[in-house]
Amino acid sequence: MFRNAAELVEIAENENIKISEVMIRQEMDVKDKTREEVFAQMETNLSVMEKAVEEGLQGVKSHSGLTGGDAVLLQKYLQEKQPLSGELLLDAVSKAVATNEVNAAMGTICATPTAGSAGCVPGTLFAVKNRLHPTREEMIRYLFTAGAFGFVVANNASISGAAGGCQAEVGSAAAMAAAAIVEMAGGTPQQSADAFAITLKNMLGLVCDPVAGLVEVPCVKRNAAGASNAIVSADMALAGVTSRIPCDEVIGAMYRIGRAMPSAHRETAEGGLAATPTGRALEAKIYGIPMKKE
Amino acid sequence: MKYKSVFDIIGPVMVGPSSSHTAGAARIGRAARNLFGREPAWAEIHLYGSFAKTYKGHGTDVAIVGGLLDYDTDDQRIGKSIETAEKKGMKISFHEDEAATEHPNTARIKIGDGEGDLELVGISIGGGKAEITELNGFELNLSGNHPAILVMHNDRHGAIASVTQILAKHEINIGRMEVSRKDVGKEALMVIEVDQNVEETVMRELENASHILQLSKIID
Repeated sequence: MFRNAAELVEIAENENIKISEVMIRQEMDVKDKTREEVFAQMETNLSVMEKAVEEGLQGVKSHSGLTGGDAVLLQKYLQEKQPLSGELLLDAVSKAVATNEVNAAMGTICATPTAGSAGCVPGTLFAVKNRLHPTREEMIRYLFTAGAFGFVVANNASISGAAGGCQAEVGSAAAMAAAAIVEMAGGTPQQSADAFAITLKNMLGLVCDPVAGLVEVPCVKRNAAGASNAIVSADMALAGVTSRIPCDEVIGAMYRIGRAMPSAHRETAEGGLAATPTGRALEAKIYGIPMKKE
Repeated sequence: MKYKSVFDIIGPVMVGPSSSHTAGAARIGRAARNLFGREPAWAEIHLYGSFAKTYKGHGTDVAIVGGLLDYDTDDQRIGKSIETAEKKGMKISFHEDEAATEHPNTARIKIGDGEGDLELVGISIGGGKAEITELNGFELNLSGNHPAILVMHNDRHGAIASVTQILAKHEINIGRMEVSRKDVGKEALMVIEVDQNVEETVMRELENASHILQLSKIID
């Protein structure tokens, strides 16, 4: 069993297999399942992700009314105008937003690695798909590659906003997506690790400060940022840019930053954006309570 | 390693909005329900840390009650679980507790009916994964990674052997075992993680073993 990113890359290089294959073999071993069973379970998750994006692109609204409808706006803009950031990037953003809007509306999603960060991995997958034209198996492998790196973060740091802030959730999700894009685009295992490291470095320190404690503001838009960060980092790694700080050390830094974060910035709705005048006013309105003062 | 499967990371499939505050909470509720073995008539739910501060926004309350109704994390009925439970006559109360806990997402659940009650503490560690850290006053460490049986027994010699002999006879392998007691000669708890789900016939045989008081199981 690989314990960190260095071991994961080493196994892939020594055996001349992809990261996804290392993860698939380990899963078969740990759960005593066949390749077909493991693939079938991931196929189910992939289908859930597809349905969530479809639902979000048709337009949903959360119970609080704070989020919903932005994925529709983005797709419309994509079709009618020429987005400055590029079509693939904005397509990924719209699909990441779609997923998290469905999540906020208490729809069905697949946590990757968490619900609040569920947009980054599918958002990038379904956008990159239109460029790289992967087979169904390659799309499933994308999720195993993302999962392999998520597995390393979860066991060596944290994927919980309450424990490590948003860097642990959207930071991890975006970095997982970057590693998976690299593999799908034909990059090496080491390039996947570099893309992961570059993405997570750029999300270090991000706090978890949900307005009214809802997984809506700023979570939905943070997934948009995570998806775009993932694509840019993947391109950097594929261009041959490496991370000066190795992947595992970046994960270690993320863990220690999370430990040092005050609880007000770890999913308690007591600091950051949640504690802004507008954040407090929204909270008071949603729950019908008096406005909290700092 | 806390996370053993890729599906702990890519998954679970769940009703939003939060894997730790909704899906993980539902799993803690469902563990309580499984261990109690039937639908409780009342539930007293204490929430700590981030759970206490944000449970309304995250649907932690409906998720825990959904778990008590034996709903899985992707069950669309979670949203209306409190209404459903109350229609069935379940009495539910929520308490926001200020006490400091080791983990920010902690819930203490007391459930019961005319015939018995149960109290457990669960933590939601991220990505929908939950652990049980306390049961009826006994500290334990139940990961939910494997099927398990929990045995309340008298602290007497031979109690452990009588249980392990039955498991051996049915060729059930023990992956991990933990024994704790409140005091010498008093009530004790055995937590046994096994490799496969334990069938009802084996459970009934265990119930009749010497010094066994109460038995429950967690299925994979």
